[in-house]
Amino acid sequence: MRPFSFRRPGSPEEAVAMVEPMGVAGQGGAFHAGGTTVIDLMKLHVLHPPSLTDLGDVLERGIEETGDGTLRVGAGTTMAEAAEHPAFLRAPVLSEALWKAASAQLRNVATLGGNLLQRTRCPYFRDNVSACNKREPGSGCAAKDGINRLLAVLGTSEECIANYPGDWANALILFDAVLETRSGEGGREIAFDDLHVLPGEDPARETILGDDELITAIRLTVPDWAGRSVYTKVRDRDSYAFALTSAAVALDLDGETVREARLAIGGAATVPWRAREVEDWLQGQTLTEDVAVEAGRRAFEGAQGWGENDFKIPLGRDTVARGLMEAKAMTPETNSGDSQ
Amino acid sequence: MTGRIGAAVSRIEGRKKVMGEARYAADFAVPNPLYAHLVTSTIGRGTITAIDDADARAVPGVRDIYSHANPLGLTPDGMMSTGGHAQQGWEPFDAPDVRFYGETIAMVVADDILAAREAAKRLRFTYSEETPAPVFGAEGVEPEELPDDALSSGDIEAAMQAAAQTLDLDYDTAANTHNAMELFATTAQWSGEDLTVYVPSQWVEGFRVGIANELGIAPERVHVVSPYVGGGFGGKGSVFTFTPMVAAASKRLNRPVKLYVTREQGFTTASFRAETQQSIRLGAGADGRLTGFEHTGRELSSRTDTYVVNGAEAAARMYHADAVRTGVTCVHADRQTPGFMRAPAETPYFFALESAVDELARRLEMDPVELRRTNDIDAEPVNGVPYTSRSLMECYDMAGEAFGWSDYDPAVGSMRDGDWLVGWGCATAAYPTQMAPCSVRVHLDRTGRARVMVASHDLGTGAYTVIAQAAAEGLGLEVDRVDVELGDSRLPPGTIAGGSVSTASNVSVVQIACERIMQRLGTTPGEIDVEAAFNAFGQAAIEEYAEWTPRGSQKNARRGLYRGQVGIVGGAEEEYTAFAFGAEYAEVRINRWTREIRVPRLYGAFAAGRIMNEKTATSQYLGGMVWGLGHALQEKTEIDPRTGAVMNDNISEYIVPVNADIVDIRAMMVPEEDTLVNPAGVKGIGEIGIVGTAAAIANAVYHATGIRVRHVPIRVEDLIETG
Ligand SMILES: Cc1cc2nc3c(=O)[nH]c(=O)nc-3n(C[C@H](O)[C@H](O)[C@H](O)COP(=O)(O)OP(=O)(O)OC[C@H]3O[C@@H](n4cnc5c(N)ncnc54)[C@H](O)[C@@H]3O)c2cc1C
Ligand code: SF4
Repeated sequence: MRPFSFRRPGSPEEAVAMVEPMGVAGQGGAFHAGGTTVIDLMKLHVLHPPSLTDLGDVLERGIEETGDGTLRVGAGTTMAEAAEHPAFLRAPVLSEALWKAASAQLRNVATLGGNLLQRTRCPYFRDNVSACNKREPGSGCAAKDGINRLLAVLGTSEECIANYPGDWANALILFDAVLETRSGEGGREIAFDDLHVLPGEDPARETILGDDELITAIRLTVPDWAGRSVYTKVRDRDSYAFALTSAAVALDLDGETVREARLAIGGAATVPWRAREVEDWLQGQTLTEDVAVEAGRRAFEGAQGWGENDFKIPLGRDTVARGLMEAKAMTPETNSGDSQ
Repeated sequence: MTGRIGAAVSRIEGRKKVMGEARYAADFAVPNPLYAHLVTSTIGRGTITAIDDADARAVPGVRDIYSHANPLGLTPDGMMSTGGHAQQGWEPFDAPDVRFYGETIAMVVADDILAAREAAKRLRFTYSEETPAPVFGAEGVEPEELPDDALSSGDIEAAMQAAAQTLDLDYDTAANTHNAMELFATTAQWSGEDLTVYVPSQWVEGFRVGIANELGIAPERVHVVSPYVGGGFGGKGSVFTFTPMVAAASKRLNRPVKLYVTREQGFTTASFRAETQQSIRLGAGADGRLTGFEHTGRELSSRTDTYVVNGAEAAARMYHADAVRTGVTCVHADRQTPGFMRAPAETPYFFALESAVDELARRLEMDPVELRRTNDIDAEPVNGVPYTSRSLMECYDMAGEAFGWSDYDPAVGSMRDGDWLVGWGCATAAYPTQMAPCSVRVHLDRTGRARVMVASHDLGTGAYTVIAQAAAEGLGLEVDRVDVELGDSRLPPGTIAGGSVSTASNVSVVQIACERIMQRLGTTPGEIDVEAAFNAFGQAAIEEYAEWTPRGSQKNARRGLYRGQVGIVGGAEEEYTAFAFGAEYAEVRINRWTREIRVPRLYGAFAAGRIMNEKTATSQYLGGMVWGLGHALQEKTEIDPRTGAVMNDNISEYIVPVNADIVDIRAMMVPEEDTLVNPAGVKGIGEIGIVGTAAAIANAVYHATGIRVRHVPIRVEDLIETG
């Protein structure tokens, strides 16, 4: 491991003043929250910032409820704390997407801010040897013709097919979330939808964050009908595995008729992926199994497989259909029980 | 504590482990050590044309960097199949050649581990690259047929022609990698010309001799210490490449040297379970009786070494057949040499065998259990050699009753439960009963305390406990009056902890030593009064050294015991065929939308002669079945076919079962008395649990979905139509 300095600021202002950039534009500053992504990648020598700025004494922890359905979540809240919070339990998709992620040990230290910014698990990115446009711009993409079973089919480019691996971002994106941030230039708000950018020509850039920009809190508005919501996650084992595909679903039903549907797709896309066109199409439909299947089909229109991951297209369609039917089957107060 | 043979005694070292007092190889502190770090190749085949080590040597604290340009002067000892003890037939740094991706091409030694790693990172290699052939089907792999390993009897073609039904099927199994909790490691410390090596080992005797041979010193000079092993399963059964390297570096630098191998490096610097491709032809009469059985395998190995497991031989001995043919081909590729992994031969080959039997049952419209009953035998079909005992159908009946097999409706998809497709399947498990020569020293004193000493091993299996139980029984003591010392090459030589030989061999030799002590004391275990016996004997302590060689051993087996020879015999012997048997039943649930496969129930019943300890035996069976589930649905070493690189070299993406995957799992024991197999009446049980699980699950998947998947792991994509 390379020597690096570890800085412990006491406030957001101090933090943004002392943080050094991660290295490549759009990867933000070299912060250390739970450390479960950043230390991992430093051990692999994929990241080598000269310093890490610790957020332990900087970030708020906890969730404030304002009463009108708006929640303000401190970026330092751990995944475990958030998963159990009553406000999240009332919109089960928010809680489920957390406790179905990673492992209990990881959830105990990982923060929501860090969670949103986790990096891809693409093996060629992580091996620090292969051609990888994300790690070494211009070097090529070894994954396209390689072992790409886990990678994306939506939002890819010829330059990069890495998937966004996280779960919770797909739930958050359903609720018009806004990030409160701070940088040397002061504070700003970013619509969460805008945070991540498609790989396009420049897969090294993953977000619109500035080099010293700190996420301090996340605001979201949870409608009272979001009790009917699920996070359907398909994975290679029943716990502690990233999603092959997932669907975050929230439904407002009038009998069987969709008043409003919200849908996002995980595991299979390069960024947190809200399927707004499918949501619009669903509105006013009677939610039968055929409609759910058609919604899945529409959600993956334009998807492209890369060989090993071709199966994610049919699997993703079925994941969406299953998520919709599971949400429909819920009775407002009950959660969809599943194993952990 | 009470309880002797058979009792469910808890592990006697359990408390030490839970309290962190049990010291594993890497835990031993040595004075003033240096730290080594391995550097592995990043091409799949070629030649190193230059090494730029200026930057690396500039890292403060670096002592030396070894590579083909600065070799360690080791001599190959050879693999076990060629009489040696190593995991491969060559020595690292013997040439500038790169044989496979991830091969050790340098080792840095420095004052601390961070300096060693930093220097490793700064080494620059220039390669002349060639296109590797790392997987089946790649251009440039070299098949080598191994006629000596073929087994046949009768006229297979005639048998097929005469059959009412024939099947001709191909099965594949994936590469699997050892991921024991305890990482690979070595610490070497010299004192003059004497070397002590702390290394996780399933074979301290073999390591002692093998390390000495590679270093070119007398085996008497080498002392191997490995009192606890944090998961072995065959991965720690033969000498690692890096262990003699560390010893040689320590000698040169005149300081103890410690090496930890990282999780990633463990994927290519130690052995693994190689991928196989198998073909099976079955011929059967309308009554289900098998007329012909042909099973051939292609197994991947390294370019340099011929390593095959050839499980077709065991498969051919499972059922009746008028004619049998087996064969194995070793396919040489640009990969590291494979090696042992729990039931090395049976795990892949019984997936194919037991899937094929299920396919035949479908074809014949017979119950799969009844088809096996129809072909049950007392003597193996190739040479007609009788089994010492065989309780296969008793296993099916016991586990089947618990499972509720009488409610089985064979129609595909008949057991659906809402959104979940439910399927049931079953399969046979078997493992040859093997033994090896071993020795022991048993010490008993007038206070009634005994000490058993043998260079055997506890890999978490319960060997300490079982040996204590055997001595307690033989000496008429309570188990807590017996201390056991294992895992040290200065103890009387024991067996390798492999081939499920340990318990049968250790118990046999401990029995002999204890009997002799009783004779010398003029008493019996049943009526011993320790104090009176010692008073009459006129001494305060007594000690016996005993040796044991199993039936069928080579003439010079006793001598071999002291020379690090493995000496395993058993299974298909001349007079007898000795196997443990089991039957496993699986229930799968498959989501009708997303097709992920879950296994809510896995039941196995096993018959393995005398059970020494119900508790540790149950753990062995269950552990095997859990691994079998992983083998069936999860485990796969992902090899990039272009380079040979392992693309999931971590335990996040190398998927093994977690608690949530294991729901209702049961191991049952069919009582079995076998007076022929060995004096202890014990059959090994360490490996059988994993055999058959994969086929039982695959057969259940078919029952649920109508999709026959002829490879493992079976994953979501195998049950989804793409396109
Ligand atoms: C083995 C394993 C399995 C996993 N499985 C899953 C899974 O199934 N599903 C899933 O969703 N996730 C999974 N994860 C990812 C895990 O959830 C993330 O690593 C974790 O949430 C990151 O949070 P952290 O606080 O540890 O971030 P850190 O590692 O501390 O930081 C990550 C990145 O975010 C930046 N950062 C952190 N906080 C802020 C902030 N407030 N403002 C600006 N930048 C910030 C850091 O600079 C860094 O670049 C897994 C991880 C591992 C190691
Ligand atoms: S998919 Fe993206 S991250 Fe993976 S190798 Fe290609 S460029 Fe790199």
